[in-house]
Amino acid sequence: MSVILIMIPAALLLAGLGVLAFVLAAKRGQFDDLDTPALRAVFDDEADTQPPTAHEQESATTNPPDSQ
Amino acid sequence: MSNRDDTNQSFPTQRVSCDHCRLPVPSGLIEPGAPHQFCCNGCKSVFNVLKGAGLDGYYQVRDAIDPIDQPAKTTTNAYEEFDDPSFERTCVENLPGGLAQTELLLEGMHCAACVWLIERLPRVLPGIIESRANIRTRTATIRYQPDQVLRSQIAKSLDRLGYTPHPARGASARQARVKEDRKFLIRVGVAGAIAGNVMLLAIALYGGALNGITQEWENTFRYYSMGLAILSLIWPGRVFFIGALAALRTRTAHLDIPIALALAVGGLWGSYNTLMGTGEVYFDSISVLVFFLLVGRWIQHRQQRAASDDVELMLTLTPTSALKVNDDGSTTRVPIDAIEAGMLVSVSAGSSIPTDGTIESGATSLDNALITGESFPIAAQVGDQVIAGATNLQSPITVRVSAVGDSTRAGKLMKLVASATSEKAPIVLFADRIAARFVIAVIVLACITFAYWTITSSLHTGIEFATALLIVTCPCALGLATPMSMSIAMGRAAKHGILVKSASAIESMSISARHPASMILDKTGTITQATMSIVDTRCDEDLLQFAAVIETHANHPIARAFASVLDNDSTLIATDIDQSIGAGISGTVNAHRVSIGSPAFIESITPIDATTQSNINAMLDQSLTPVVIHAQGHALGVIGIGDPIRPDALSSIALLKAAHFNLQVCSGDHPDIVSKVAHQVGIESAIGAVSPEGKAQFVRDLQAKTNQRVIMVGDGVNDSAALASAEVGIAVHGGAEASLQAADIYLTKQGVAPLVTLVALASHTMRTIHISLVFSICYNAIAAGLAMSGMISALLAAILMPISSLTVVAMSTRKFNPPKMNHNEESASCL
Repeated sequence: MSVILIMIPAALLLAGLGVLAFVLAAKRGQFDDLDTPALRAVFDDEADTQPPTAHEQESATTNPPDSQ
Repeated sequence: MSNRDDTNQSFPTQRVSCDHCRLPVPSGLIEPGAPHQFCCNGCKSVFNVLKGAGLDGYYQVRDAIDPIDQPAKTTTNAYEEFDDPSFERTCVENLPGGLAQTELLLEGMHCAACVWLIERLPRVLPGIIESRANIRTRTATIRYQPDQVLRSQIAKSLDRLGYTPHPARGASARQARVKEDRKFLIRVGVAGAIAGNVMLLAIALYGGALNGITQEWENTFRYYSMGLAILSLIWPGRVFFIGALAALRTRTAHLDIPIALALAVGGLWGSYNTLMGTGEVYFDSISVLVFFLLVGRWIQHRQQRAASDDVELMLTLTPTSALKVNDDGSTTRVPIDAIEAGMLVSVSAGSSIPTDGTIESGATSLDNALITGESFPIAAQVGDQVIAGATNLQSPITVRVSAVGDSTRAGKLMKLVASATSEKAPIVLFADRIAARFVIAVIVLACITFAYWTITSSLHTGIEFATALLIVTCPCALGLATPMSMSIAMGRAAKHGILVKSASAIESMSISARHPASMILDKTGTITQATMSIVDTRCDEDLLQFAAVIETHANHPIARAFASVLDNDSTLIATDIDQSIGAGISGTVNAHRVSIGSPAFIESITPIDATTQSNINAMLDQSLTPVVIHAQGHALGVIGIGDPIRPDALSSIALLKAAHFNLQVCSGDHPDIVSKVAHQVGIESAIGAVSPEGKAQFVRDLQAKTNQRVIMVGDGVNDSAALASAEVGIAVHGGAEASLQAADIYLTKQGVAPLVTLVALASHTMRTIHISLVFSICYNAIAAGLAMSGMISALLAAILMPISSLTVVAMSTRKFNPPKMNHNEESASCL
């Protein structure tokens, strides 16, 4: 039974870590907008998600990046 | 895409539409020579899926049903006001590394493809680092390099993608609210985590109570539970104590008081029992209570926030720039904040006047309906005063600014709104009114229990049973039922085009024969459409066509009323147009000289014969504006022009009357017109020529006289003080900015029919809350009886509480059937 004396604090510590992660996530605004990220997921398979450099921008007008 | 003038070479000369959604394809995605073009991968894959499944007939069907190519709405605005320094002060945030960030509200953003397109903005315009869209608030946060790209260019790019950008006002207030939302969410999460863990420990304790447990193990579990429950009370549960203290300090009843009482007594006595190793502990019930109540409040808070966000969105869509006239005569578009008294502004026909002032040049007619409630336009010329918010109807004018912002007539009215709002007595919600009696009853019962068991048994038993009573009667079910029912009602209202800013407004809108209420309706723009139309015609059809053709050359609202009678395939051409502002217009059609105008104008050309005069009198009797048509040397026809009543007004008002509303009309328009309109829709009591301040006074007087709730429905700036003074202010669709700010409820659909739905929904919601209350009181009575007789245990309390709460939550989702209306609902959703 005495293993409980270790298990309860360990369980509470884990729960505390979970709460801490939640609080940090909430403070950083991860739960501010729950609708848009769901729509963004539709485009996740896209190859080029980085903002293009000026050079890429030029070539984008002649050679579209999404022609794959 | 005609005005391609600058830096933006990345846009194609010819607009290419997506083969799936028909939105414009950004140049970066055009595939030269490909058979099909798509605006995004989403559209492309949907197209391929449909084609692959042999369903590409969809496109033929679609094109057959809806053949008109509907390009996204673009404007030709130059957006130069976005580059003004005052825009930078209010809407731009400077970031480290020479970057800047601005938030823009985008009209027309509505789907995944929109999000995709907006977030690809850096590809379209160099100098933009990042663009993040938020579909719920319809905003985009744009991070850019201010030395590489102008804000006007960003705005123009968004415009050409089909999203008209507006500066998002009140960014700091929004940020504060976002922080508050996060705190709220954290409280709910923490309370949930604690409740879960305390319940796990409680299982061990209940198991021990049933099967035997040694004292030291019981103490271990109790100490852990105590630690967690105290954390729950002082962190997330703190809000109930703060709320109860605030209510006690202001001597108002609030549901927080019985909740805080139960939490405090339960926590303290449980801690005492834990330390002494005696009696029962209620830590599991307490932490679950905190969690459940916070969840209910959070849901309500979110719903309320969604409604106020939508109202704010509409506020942002009101124009915020003015066309300033420079010393050299050229004009620049600047934000309204940059305008000062003494400057000259140019106001084009059809736009609203940004500031108070005097007309410096030009002559026109002005529509003051939103400011004063007058339904007929007034003529204005050089030297006349104009007020901010009036619409310039006819021709461009230049205005010398005399007052801006708060010192304008509209600004002064807004101050009146602010003071009326602060003076308004807070509405004590039904649940809180109950709470006051509830607290007294519970305390009396607790005292009886305590006294009885202390005398018959011991002091310890007395406290034990009194504590059990307080915990089991904690109004958890009621505390949960109210926010749940309210948020469900707000969500349903939003679906019917009604935005409700606060829960108390829903409660005040409920009606029953025992609690009648007064409803005051504005006339212009609320009961009527606030547009001029031909109501009565005493003139032959050919002549009417002649008149209609001539009137196409005028920009007066009365002239626009003629547009509805003009044949679409009319081949008539009017020449030699001669207008005289505020009087009439003449022109030549088919070699006939035709004049149209006021009786006085026609009389200056030719004497008016007896028939025409009797027709004119008939029009005046109906409160219509007579317009005389004169041709071939005779006055030949009379047209009656007026402000028509909304098609849904008659049936809606009949339903409202049947629902025990005492209806009144209060308008700033001419008393004769007001009483005629009121009579037509079946309202007996009507007053006219009331000033904006007078309207607010009228509301207060009625409230004092009848001792009933007074609900004000209006649209204009002139109604805003009355909206704020009334218990519930309702702004109808198309209302002025001021009315939006003052009102508690905003209709996004045209007409007054949503009022009927709102009343039905509010009454339905209050019935649900009443049923929940009856259930909750029955539960509490049984639990109190058990506690008083000393038969309740911590386990029984822990089981009863969630069951009662879940029952009331299930009850709050009771089905609502909107009332059926027997008219053709002409409802255009606004957002």
